[in-house]
Amino acid sequence: MLKQTPFHARTAPLCLGQNWRRWAGHFAASSYDLVHEREYHAIRNSAALLDVSPLYKYIVSGPDAARLLDRVVTRDVMAMAPGRVAYTTWCDSAGKVIDDGTVARLDDERFRLTSADPSFRWLHENAHSLRVAIEDVSDSTAALALQGPLARTILEHLIERPLADLGYFRLTTATARGVPVTISRTGFTGDLGYEIFVDAAHALPVWDALIDAGTPYRITPTGMLALDLARIEAGLMLADVDYVSAHKALIPAQTSSPYELNLGWTVKLNKDFFVGRDALAAENESGTAWRFVGINVEWEPLERLYAAVNLPPRLPTVAWRTSVPLYRGADQVGYATSGCWSPLLKQYIALAHLPADHASVGTPVEMEVTVEHHRKRAPARVTSTPFFNPARKRT
Amino acid sequence: MTRAHYDAIIVGGGHNGLVAAAYLARAGRKVLVLERRELVGGAAVSEQIFPGFTFSVYSYVVSLLRPEIIRDLDLPGHGLHILPLESTVTPMFNGDYLAGWSDHDLSRGELYRHSPRDADAYEEYGRLMHHMAQAVRPILAMLPPDPTSLSPRDLMGMLKFGKHMRGLGAEHFHALHKLMTMSAADFLDEWFETDVLKATKSASGVIGTFLGPRSPGTAYVLLHHYMGEIDGVFRAWGFAKGGTGGVSEAIAGAARGFGAEIRLNAPVAQVIVKNGRATGVALENGDEFEAPVVVSGLDPARSFLQLVEPKELPGEFTAAIRRYKFRGSSGKVNLALSELPNFTCLAGDDSRRTVLREAAWRGAFSISPSLDYVERAYDDAKYGEFSREPYMDIIIPSMIDPGMAPPGQHVMSIFVQYAPYNLTGGWTDARREAFGDAVINAIARFAPNIKSSILHRQVITPADIERVTGLTEGNIFQGELALHQLFFFRPAPAWARYATPLDGYWQCGSGTHPGGGIMGASGRLAALEILRRT
Ligand SMILES: Cc1cc2nc3c(=O)[nH]c(=O)nc-3n(C[C@H](O)[C@H](O)[C@H](O)COP(=O)(O)OP(=O)(O)OC[C@H]3O[C@@H](n4cnc5c(N)ncnc54)[C@H](O)[C@@H]3O)c2cc1C
Repeated sequence: MLKQTPFHARTAPLCLGQNWRRWAGHFAASSYDLVHEREYHAIRNSAALLDVSPLYKYIVSGPDAARLLDRVVTRDVMAMAPGRVAYTTWCDSAGKVIDDGTVARLDDERFRLTSADPSFRWLHENAHSLRVAIEDVSDSTAALALQGPLARTILEHLIERPLADLGYFRLTTATARGVPVTISRTGFTGDLGYEIFVDAAHALPVWDALIDAGTPYRITPTGMLALDLARIEAGLMLADVDYVSAHKALIPAQTSSPYELNLGWTVKLNKDFFVGRDALAAENESGTAWRFVGINVEWEPLERLYAAVNLPPRLPTVAWRTSVPLYRGADQVGYATSGCWSPLLKQYIALAHLPADHASVGTPVEMEVTVEHHRKRAPARVTSTPFFNPARKRT
Repeated sequence: MTRAHYDAIIVGGGHNGLVAAAYLARAGRKVLVLERRELVGGAAVSEQIFPGFTFSVYSYVVSLLRPEIIRDLDLPGHGLHILPLESTVTPMFNGDYLAGWSDHDLSRGELYRHSPRDADAYEEYGRLMHHMAQAVRPILAMLPPDPTSLSPRDLMGMLKFGKHMRGLGAEHFHALHKLMTMSAADFLDEWFETDVLKATKSASGVIGTFLGPRSPGTAYVLLHHYMGEIDGVFRAWGFAKGGTGGVSEAIAGAARGFGAEIRLNAPVAQVIVKNGRATGVALENGDEFEAPVVVSGLDPARSFLQLVEPKELPGEFTAAIRRYKFRGSSGKVNLALSELPNFTCLAGDDSRRTVLREAAWRGAFSISPSLDYVERAYDDAKYGEFSREPYMDIIIPSMIDPGMAPPGQHVMSIFVQYAPYNLTGGWTDARREAFGDAVINAIARFAPNIKSSILHRQVITPADIERVTGLTEGNIFQGELALHQLFFFRPAPAWARYATPLDGYWQCGSGTHPGGGIMGASGRLAALEILRRT
């Protein structure tokens, strides 16, 4: 039997279409409504409530907790003050990405790491001779993401104090109707948003209180289909979808360095040591072969491809997560790994891997599209990400 | 006196004028927009008529806003967000209802409840309408050819148009012919037996016209609705965040971003003509502005009969404009509510009812319980009265964008037909309130708590629409969307391509092809034509 998250008693009755998918061995709602449209718009218009409990979560504590994480991840953990959260990658010794996630400094000697894949063993392997305790709290900690322009207003009602001071990638503790929670200004939608962590035993009262506080603001339980659209608009990648973990790759060509994923900014080479440092320093010197970029498919040519067979353009209403060839001239030069029609932007967008010399913004490429069973090429351009980046995300 | 000089002056900051301004400015032209009111948008405005409650005062849903405009002008970057309206629920006199939901299976199941036959027919009907919309849609983006001209460009245009029509095949051409000539009711009779379905569908076909569902020519408007739907995931149909003013503000933001200047409280009195050429405009306060291109975003009557001296235009042209029909037939009632309306047809506490009721509140309510009801509403108007029991299209914007009302309270937008511009005895304050009462009474039949939940009410008659927005006779589309006023006839034969008989004077409002609604297509096509020719 798949695991149920601590919110299952609430989410299950809401899942009208019984439209579930799996996430880290759990039931995760794909959409609650029969169609996911409204949930997507809630992320950009009001507030979406997502059960993100299936994330892997670890508490790293002890006098050397900061040192351990600093050793493992590419960001500078030693420099993080309590209350800070950092998005980061971590790599193998070849400098290839194993996973990406967040590190939150809860206090001097306590951190929470979230990850897409299990990381318990990797943390342990790097912890030799360090005074740390590593606790897998994946099941005992429930997590919600509240994302959207009204997320702050709703949370302020819930915890009965202002949150305007809580900056982007900052964290605070609070009580929500008597239940202790931590709230971090983070999320996977590229919008104003927060993630709420709570002891699994108290998960349901927090859900109820959020729905209660949020109903006048159209809080909307939201599933993974809507999230997938939002995260592509935000230019955020997914392990196993947009890149292969170095721990799962079967051939070296499947691996990616942070630089190749457009995540060079998370690599702090001025740190003395972290796993993969030497390889990354070398890559930084010699240059990176691949880039991870945004692709914007031009509309009129796409329309013409369909018009040639007397059809209006047909695009999936959900995001796709398959490898799609990108061409320049006669040659395939790269591949897109996720894409969608952005309902907000009215643009057909994708995230893609391209060799550095084909990856500058504005470069014309062609993306493979299947029109009535036939493979065609649709003109597109390389663009910067995020595709959508509202000021409210940070302010 | 020094006169400011521009490359182009746009008269009227309606959404089409703004679209034209944005495209012209994007191409590097120095553009000035002159808007009479204190805010831009024309019939697409949001206003806080009562503190805390924002109304989309006039137009309330975005139906056909062109996706290319959204992309070209980066409107989402300027705050545009079009939110889906999920459903349409029509309450019936017998306590039941008919609903169309956003989920196909749910909608089919609902129609099946009323008629298994119609549930099947609906799929076929949808396929036909898809084909018809597909056939007509390219025309929306096409510059209308001038059928009376022999220029190669026009001949090519007519050829393209003819070829397009021939390409339809006999069966579809036949269906198109029916759509162009039949009444919505007759056309739907050929397909369906469920009266309330036909009533609701045909009612949406008479919006903005002075016609009833049984009047010939109304079938065509059914197609306009499919034109939005055909776009599937690309469609821009729904509710604009912040109300329809959100659309205008986003376009204005884009236009300013491209360097256009927008002046508010700047009513234009006259187009200045020198040696048979428009050379600028004069404001009511006497200020003058010069430009070799003057573009009017107003309706044809104002553009040609008010802003320009008759002697500057050919007699047969002004005669055609005088014949152009407005005949406003719609009103609007906007409410601030202390609680949501409880439609008795959706009452009940079981979880299924609760889910449906919630979904319905996020969609539209159509007060069109039967064909006879809608036709009778029209009968009143035919004889110069407002409908005692009107057809209404209702949405609750605060359920879609919570920012429209204080938390826990709501706004309701009620589009009403029929309210004839030429009311017998004329519109007075008392008649306006009587009209408002008729609207509330008609809703109360289906949602009795409405009366006690009204905090504020704004009643808008066609005379009010004309007075505030300048739309002649209060016609919501700057002139009826009747076949004789569409495509190369809009607004007058031979002048459907944004140019006018007066050199240097152009038109870009909904009174030009492809017509009314928050579409922006007129403004865009006009700007592209101006850029090509000047
Ligand atoms: C009650 C109502 C409901 C409607 N509902 C819908 C709907 O739900 N969906 C939809 O798609 N469409 C709807 N419409 C139609 C739609 O709103 C209009 O077709 C569209 O907004 C017209 O835009 P426009 O830019 O062409 O012209 P307008 O909006 O008419 O713009 C003309 C502008 O010119 C200004 N002006 C007038 N005279 C002067 C002057 N002398 N000098 C300077 N400026 C001047 C006016 O103030 C105005 O801003 C509705 C209209 C009304 C009235």
